[in-house]
Amino acid sequence: MKWPMFGRCLQRHLFHFIPSSSPPHFLYHSLCNFPPISFIHSFTISNYSPQSTTSMSSSLLQSTTTPSLSFSSSISKSQWRFTSSPAVTFTRRRRNSTVYAKIREIFMPALSSTMTEGKIVSWIKSEGDVLSKGESVVVVESDKADMDVETFYDGILAAIVVPEGESAPVGAPIGLLAETEAEIEEAKAKAASSGGSGSSPAPVAAAPEKTVAPVAAAAAPAKPAAAAVVADGPRKIVSTPYAKKLAKQHKVDINKVIGTGPFGRITPADVEAAAGITPVKSAAPSVTAAPVATAAAAAAAPAKSAPAFAEIPGATIVPFTTMQAAVSKNMIESLSVPTFRVGYPVMTDALDALYAKVKSKGVTMTALLAKAAAMALVQHPVVNASCKDGKSFTYNSSINIAVAVAINGGLITPVLQDADKLDLYLLSEKWKELVEKARSKQLQPHEYNSGTFTLSNLGMFGVDRFDAILPPGQGAIMAVGASKPTPIADKDGYFSVKSQMLVNVTADHRIVYGADLAAFLKTFAKIVQEPDSLTL
Amino acid sequence: MQSLISTSPISPSNPRSFDSFSSPTPFTLRFCGLRLQVLQSSHLKHRTINTTSKKTRNNVLAASPTSNGSPPTTFDYDLVIIGAGVGGHGAALHAVEKGLKTAIIEGDVIGGTCVNRGCVPSKALLAVSGRMRELQDEHHMKALGLQVSGAGYSRQAVADHASNLASKIRNNLTNSLKALGVDILTGFGSILGPQKVKYGLDNLITAKDIIIATGSVPFVPKGIEVDGKTVVTSDHALKLEFVPDWIAIVGSGYIGLEFSDVYTALGSEVTFIEALDQLMPGFDPEIGKLAQRVLINPRKIDYHTGVFATKITPSKDGKPVIIELTDAKTKEPKETLEVDAALIATGRAPFTRGLGLENINVETQRGFVPVDERMRVIDAKGNTVPHLYCIGDANGKLMLAHAASAQGISVVEQISGKDHVLNHLSVPAACFTHPEISMVGLTEPQAKEKAKKEKFKISVAKTSFKANTKALAENEGEGLAKLIYRPDTGEILGVHILGMHAADLIHEASNAIALGTRIQDIKFAVHAHPTLSEVLDELFKSAHVSVDEHKPVAV
Repeated sequence: MKWPMFGRCLQRHLFHFIPSSSPPHFLYHSLCNFPPISFIHSFTISNYSPQSTTSMSSSLLQSTTTPSLSFSSSISKSQWRFTSSPAVTFTRRRRNSTVYAKIREIFMPALSSTMTEGKIVSWIKSEGDVLSKGESVVVVESDKADMDVETFYDGILAAIVVPEGESAPVGAPIGLLAETEAEIEEAKAKAASSGGSGSSPAPVAAAPEKTVAPVAAAAAPAKPAAAAVVADGPRKIVSTPYAKKLAKQHKVDINKVIGTGPFGRITPADVEAAAGITPVKSAAPSVTAAPVATAAAAAAAPAKSAPAFAEIPGATIVPFTTMQAAVSKNMIESLSVPTFRVGYPVMTDALDALYAKVKSKGVTMTALLAKAAAMALVQHPVVNASCKDGKSFTYNSSINIAVAVAINGGLITPVLQDADKLDLYLLSEKWKELVEKARSKQLQPHEYNSGTFTLSNLGMFGVDRFDAILPPGQGAIMAVGASKPTPIADKDGYFSVKSQMLVNVTADHRIVYGADLAAFLKTFAKIVQEPDSLTL
Repeated sequence: MQSLISTSPISPSNPRSFDSFSSPTPFTLRFCGLRLQVLQSSHLKHRTINTTSKKTRNNVLAASPTSNGSPPTTFDYDLVIIGAGVGGHGAALHAVEKGLKTAIIEGDVIGGTCVNRGCVPSKALLAVSGRMRELQDEHHMKALGLQVSGAGYSRQAVADHASNLASKIRNNLTNSLKALGVDILTGFGSILGPQKVKYGLDNLITAKDIIIATGSVPFVPKGIEVDGKTVVTSDHALKLEFVPDWIAIVGSGYIGLEFSDVYTALGSEVTFIEALDQLMPGFDPEIGKLAQRVLINPRKIDYHTGVFATKITPSKDGKPVIIELTDAKTKEPKETLEVDAALIATGRAPFTRGLGLENINVETQRGFVPVDERMRVIDAKGNTVPHLYCIGDANGKLMLAHAASAQGISVVEQISGKDHVLNHLSVPAACFTHPEISMVGLTEPQAKEKAKKEKFKISVAKTSFKANTKALAENEGEGLAKLIYRPDTGEILGVHILGMHAADLIHEASNAIALGTRIQDIKFAVHAHPTLSEVLDELFKSAHVSVDEHKPVAV
C-alpha cells in the first residue's frame, strides 16, 4: 500500500491536520488498512521477554482507543511513538529469562510504507535527559514528512547512536534508553561498540570494532603532517564553513589538516584531500565519475599510506592536491576491473609523411592518432563500450576520445568529443583549445569526464612501449609508444628499415575479449598505415 | 524604504516585538501593473489632470481655515511628500486619484531604497541564485530526468541584470509620476514651520498637508569600518562588484538570509554572525527551525550566535578582513574571524536628520519620527501636529516597502476626508530565499501571549508541501504552511509559509485578515487543481472552528 499522495479526493480527507494544541495520541500501526510496519516488526523480533510483550499489547490497546482521528493528520507532523525493544545484550536475549528490560534500543521507525531509511532531523532530548512516557524525543525525516517520535517508556536517554543530520535504515538503533542512572554507563559502552553511524542495519550491535576502525585509519596518516606544523609554533586554525562541514562528515580531524587556501586557511579541497576523496563534480550524468585518468606513471601513488609503512626520518609529507587525490581514488577504483593488454606494432612511415604535409595547417600528432582511433572504434563499437554494473554492455552513442595530459603536478584528460565526426582540422583546433583550458584550469566537467576511450602517448619522451591503467567507466585505453626506425623482415625474409611504433591497449575483459581487441588493433594499424582516409 | 532586519543591536531587548520582526523585503512591482497604463496615455492626460487638480486646489483654498501659529492661508500644493521612495510614490498616486495637487521632493534618486538599493535589485540577484541553485543540484535535475553540466555565470552580467532592472523600475516610477502631473522637486526637503517646506537651497513652498517619507539607510553598528569593498552594506553588495570566496554576514534577518542565498549560489561560503541566541530571530520559531534545516544546514554556511561583531577591519595590506567577536551576554571577547569580506545586515536606521523637525517641536526616538496609528506626527508634548504625517521606514512602524505605500494611501484617504486606519497585522512580509518564506499576522508565541492576555484559545493547523501535487511535480516538496487561529470565532491570527513561491501564496491569507474573512467562510473558496495554492486550501480546511459553519447554498 502506498501513501495516497496524488489523488485529489483522497488528499482532501487524508491530509487534514490536527492542531498541535491537541496532539493525537495514536499508534500508527493500529490504523485501518495499514500493513504492519517494520519498526514494529523489529520490535517483535528482538522481543523475547514477557514483560515487554505485555507492554506492547497494552500500547496497542491504548492506540485502538484513540478516537476516530484516523490517520488524517499524520503527514506533516503527527506524534509518533517509537517502540523500543527490551534488553539486548546478546547473551541476555538468548537466555530468554530476563524479566525486566534495562536498556532499550530506540529504533528508526518506518514512518511510511515506502520508507527504507530515515534522517534524524533533531534530537529533542539530549543524552542524560530523563524521559517520561509520551514525550517527544526525536524528529525523524522520512521520504515524505517529518515526524516527532515519542517514547513509550520512562527512562533516561543514555546514548545517541545516530547523531543529528545522519541517516539510519529503518529498524536500526538510533539511541539507547536506560531505565536507571546506573545503566547509563553500560548503555554508553554499548553505543560505542555499535559504532557512531547508522550504517549497521542489524538491530543488534554485532561487530563492535568494525565501525571504529576506519576513523582511526583516517586519522593516522595525517599525524606526521601535523607534527611538521606544530614545529612552527602555535597556529590559529582558520577553516571555511564548508571545510568544517566536510571534516565533520568525513570524520577528519580539522586540526590536523594543512591549510593551502588564502592566508593559510583550510579549504574544502584540503579536507577532501585529507579524507582521500574526489570532490563531487557537477552533473555529467551519462558518464561515471572519471574526471582524471591515468597513465602508468600515476599508478605509483597509493591512495592512503597504510599505517604499517616504516617512517624514514627527515621525509617531507606533501598532501595531495584535489586533482592528485582524484587520480589516487580512480587508481584504486581501477583495481576492481579485470583488465588485460594486447600490443601491436604499427608502421608509421605513411602517417609521418602525412603529418609532415598537414603540420603546417596546425594538425598535431595527437589529433591524427585520436582521429585514427575514433575511426577504428566506429568499426568496433564494443571497444568503445563500457561496463557499468558488471551485468551489461553500455554502448556509447558517441565516440569521445579522452587524451591524458600532464599538467603541473597533475594529470587530466581533456576529451575530444565526437572525434569520429569532426574532421582533422577541426579536431586539431579543438585540441588546442582544450589544452589551453586545461593549463588555465578552466575545463568544464563535461570537457574532461565524458570520454569513452582514452589515448595516452608517451612517444615524445622516447618511451618505446608502456602499459596504461584503465580509467573507471571506460572499456579501453591505448598506450602509444615512440615511432622508431626498426629493421623489419618481411615474409620472404627480406629486411627493410621502417618506422614502427608499439601500441598497447588495456581493456575491460568483462566486455572486450582478446579477439575484439586484436581486430580493433588490426583496423587501427590499417588506418595508420594507409592514412589517406584520415584527411577526408 | 525597505526595512529593518531583525538582528538586533538595534533592539536586543524586544526581539519579538512586532517591529523588529518585520523586515525588509518584498515589494512587488505594483507600479508595473495597472498604474503604469497611465504612462501610455501620457500627454493628453497630463494636461487634463493638471487642470482638474488646479480646480480642486482653488476649492481647497477657499475652504482652508487659518489655524495654529502662523500657517499660510493659501497653499502652493494640497500635498507635499518629502521623499520619492515607494511610500511617497504610493501616496502621490493615490493623492492624484483623489484630485489633490501634489508635489514630491527627492534629494537623491526617485524610487528610494527599494527600487535602487533594496528589494528590486536584490530580486534580480535572487532570480539568478534560484536558477543557479537548480542547475547545480545534480540530484534534483536527475530526479526530473534532466542532464545539465557545467552551469556557470558571469559576475558582470549578473550585476548588470540587477542594475538594469533597478533603472528600468526607476524610469517607470518617474514616468508614472510625471504622467499623472505630480511635480517632482529636486533637493533635500525640510520643514520650516507648519505647512511650510523648504527644498534644495532656498526654495520655499507651502502645502495644506505634508507627508514625511524619507525612509532609512543601512545601520552600521559602532566599531565596524565600512570601506565599500571588503566590508560592505547591502547598498554596495547589490552592485555585486565582487563575489568573495568567504563572506561573513552580520545579522541573520531577511537581508542577511537573502544575501546568503545569493552568495552561496554563486559559490561563496558564508559565516553568519547573529547577536541573538538563534538565527532568524524574527520568524515564527517553527518556521525558523525549518528554515535553518533547509536554508542553512545543507549549504556552505556556518554561524556564530549570541555574539556581537564589535570590531571589523577591512582587508588591507594583504591581510584578510578581521572580525572580532564579543559574547552578547558576558561582553567577554570571543574569537576572531578572518574572512574575505563582511556584509553588514544589522538592520536599517531611519533617515530623518536635517528634516527640520525641531521647527515644529518634534523629537525623534532613536531617529524614528513618532506617529499615532493614523501616521499623524506626534510632537514632544504628545500632541499630534496638524497636517503633518510620517510614513514608511522613517516612522519605524513596519519597515517594509509595501507597508510604507499602504500607510501613504491611508494618509491620503484621511486628508481627503475619509477616516482610515491601516491594520498592520494584515501586512504580509516575505523573504525571497529558495525556497521562499512568507508570513502575515502574529507568530505562535505572539498569538499565545495575546490569547493569554485576552483570555481566548488558539489553535494551530499545518500543511506540508510534501502533500501538494504541484510541489511534488516540481520536485520541491520541502515546505510547511502554518495557520494560527481562534477556534471559537474562526479568526485568522497568523499564517506562516516556507516553501516554493511562499511569497506569492501569502496573499490569500493577508487579504483574508485585511477583509476580516473567517476560516469557516474561506474554506469554501475553490482553488484550481493542481496548484500550490492548494497548500493554503488544505490549511484552511484542516482548521477546526467550533462556530456554526455556513452551509454552502446551491444557486
